[in-house]
Amino acid sequence: MQAIINILQAGVASGTVLLFASLGEIIAERSGVMNLGVEGMMLIGAMSAYSVAVKTGSPWLGVLVAILAAGLISQIHAYITITLHADQVVSGLALTFLGAGISLVLGEGLSKAGTVSLLASFSVPLLSQIPFLGPIFFKDQNVMVYIGYLFIPLAWYFINRTRPGMHLRAVGEYPAAADALGINVFRLRYFYVFVGGLLAGLAGATISLAVSPGWFSELTTGGQGWIAVGLVIFAQWNPVRAAVGSYTFGALRRLILDIQGPTLLLGFPNPFYYNPYWGFFLQMIPYAFTIIVLVIGSREAMRKRLGAPAALGTPYVRGERGL
Amino acid sequence: MSENSSVQPSLQKRRFPFRLYFEPRLEEPPRWYPVAVSLGAILFALIIGGILIKLAGGDPIRSYIHIAEASFGSVGVLSDTIVKATPILLTSLACSIAFRMRLWNIGAEGQFIMGAFGASAIVLTPVLPANTPAWIFIPVMILAGMLAGALWGLIPGLLKAFFNVNEIISSLMMNYIAIAWVNFWVFAVWTEGGFQMTRQFPKNAWLPRLLDYAKAIPLFRGLTTHLGLVLGIVAAVILWFIIYRSRWGYEIRLIGDNPRAAQYAGINITRNVVLVMMLSGALAGLGGMSEVTGVVHRLQTSPVAAGYGFTGIIVAWLAKLNPLVAILVSILFGALILAGREIQPSGVPKMIQGVILVCLIASDFLLRYRIRVVRTGEES
Repeated sequence: MQAIINILQAGVASGTVLLFASLGEIIAERSGVMNLGVEGMMLIGAMSAYSVAVKTGSPWLGVLVAILAAGLISQIHAYITITLHADQVVSGLALTFLGAGISLVLGEGLSKAGTVSLLASFSVPLLSQIPFLGPIFFKDQNVMVYIGYLFIPLAWYFINRTRPGMHLRAVGEYPAAADALGINVFRLRYFYVFVGGLLAGLAGATISLAVSPGWFSELTTGGQGWIAVGLVIFAQWNPVRAAVGSYTFGALRRLILDIQGPTLLLGFPNPFYYNPYWGFFLQMIPYAFTIIVLVIGSREAMRKRLGAPAALGTPYVRGERGL
Repeated sequence: MSENSSVQPSLQKRRFPFRLYFEPRLEEPPRWYPVAVSLGAILFALIIGGILIKLAGGDPIRSYIHIAEASFGSVGVLSDTIVKATPILLTSLACSIAFRMRLWNIGAEGQFIMGAFGASAIVLTPVLPANTPAWIFIPVMILAGMLAGALWGLIPGLLKAFFNVNEIISSLMMNYIAIAWVNFWVFAVWTEGGFQMTRQFPKNAWLPRLLDYAKAIPLFRGLTTHLGLVLGIVAAVILWFIIYRSRWGYEIRLIGDNPRAAQYAGINITRNVVLVMMLSGALAGLGGMSEVTGVVHRLQTSPVAAGYGFTGIIVAWLAKLNPLVAILVSILFGALILAGREIQPSGVPKMIQGVILVCLIASDFLLRYRIRVVRTGEES
């Protein structure tokens, strides 16, 4: 029992990374801009957070710089796709390359940097006393995890129940109509791509300053940015479903790491302990699972006739016939 | 001016004495124009890259001079450049054919690794005995490599065709699975004395290299350019004919440009998605086969999975998805990667690739739109 709680507790922490990244991508995609550069922005975030924390000793300053840096680089994608009408897929890919390249160059030697003060972890009084759920969600969790809890309802409420959220959806579903109503489509899209960048940067900072501290070049993110993009499709652009998916993935990642430790598994000799090479098959699981989740999400979307925001992927050109 | 304000309220800020107008280009630009724009974009990218190198504490001019010397300075290094360009050429062909259909296969890296695995399996399983003559060995390995790559492309292709699964993410996830799969075989099954590599292939399973003929032609001494280059060029020519001169290529281009029109024309999109993903995977797999039998001569993850699949994306885009142009462009990128190995900080080549791709995509705007400069005074 304790082992399960430990895995789920660590899973929530590692799922927080995916949560931030997928929430950011949901917000950007809801405005009609698909940003495949999440992985690159996360790398920028992880690198700058760690680097600033090492140099100044302040992890919070690191987080601030990380989100701003990632937000800044997201604006390259915004400019290329919104103003220059370039293909969002290719531009997003380019952003991934750019983010990875810049963070590799500026992060040179950072992996050998000394100790750094990390973001604090603490337990929530009372809530952590709840049996089973308490220790999973509220005991010794990182401050980022709690911020993640706040973001889920906030994002949902913002998108579905507020006027700016309605504008956000309008811009993503039918920009020509939004434009006719006096909503500035271009400005809003720039802004929400920026928000997506901020959250991707936060996800990166969460990795390097909380969940698995340090800078390990491209291995720092290990494809989590792409998994987040996949989760958005599974989540059908809904923050609550994205949260469920993120925490499930986090738990899966932890399970894979932890299952190789004990000599006994359910009373039997642990095959993963005695054959460490089987670990390579365990490594495949999150990626294979992403594909399975995509199949489920895509089938459900086809059945319910749910879909991506209608204008997703298409640049808005004033005067051209919308959709 | 007040009349204009009702038409274009967002352009009302008059801070400059002139204004830029973007007009869609209606006529085809002259032939030199796209080339000039691409070159301009690369130049611009190199300047930005230089600034970034400077920021990271390097010396941009020395870095660039070093790249040029270390990759084109002599026949020997030119040969090394071509060796680096060969896998990039094949992965860029893989991307070209898929991107032409707007099928975003970014799994060339995984298909490349699986191609290397498929070819290695022939030697290491062993499917063929070690003393098989080269003229049987090499064709069988080519087939095995292409088959393994095609299989790896087939999976995201089927998922796209029948479940409408986003191929970008599924093909990318397949990359990670491929690396873990090959690692398992390298570490657990085919390891040589516990090291992270398999034993060396017998000489008759190596692709012939120029230096093999040094006895007859002394000029070839020490040149490691291998048969993979020929495979790549032949593949590029065949691919060019498929895309631009065959009925199938016409279908692919039509689906890419206008899928709805293609559907009304009776073109089977589902079948083409599967076929193109397989062809794309097979080309990347051929690249992996050529790398493992022409350069590494054993299966080993780190030198094989060196990101050629991702560089192929950039090269394909820079070559405007034209297979013949891809030959030239991949040599340039081979130079960048070869010389980049010695440059500090070590991420520089990757970063420059990223900057180049960003500038290229941005520069496409100049091909689609014309910029007209209008003085504010003239307008009223």
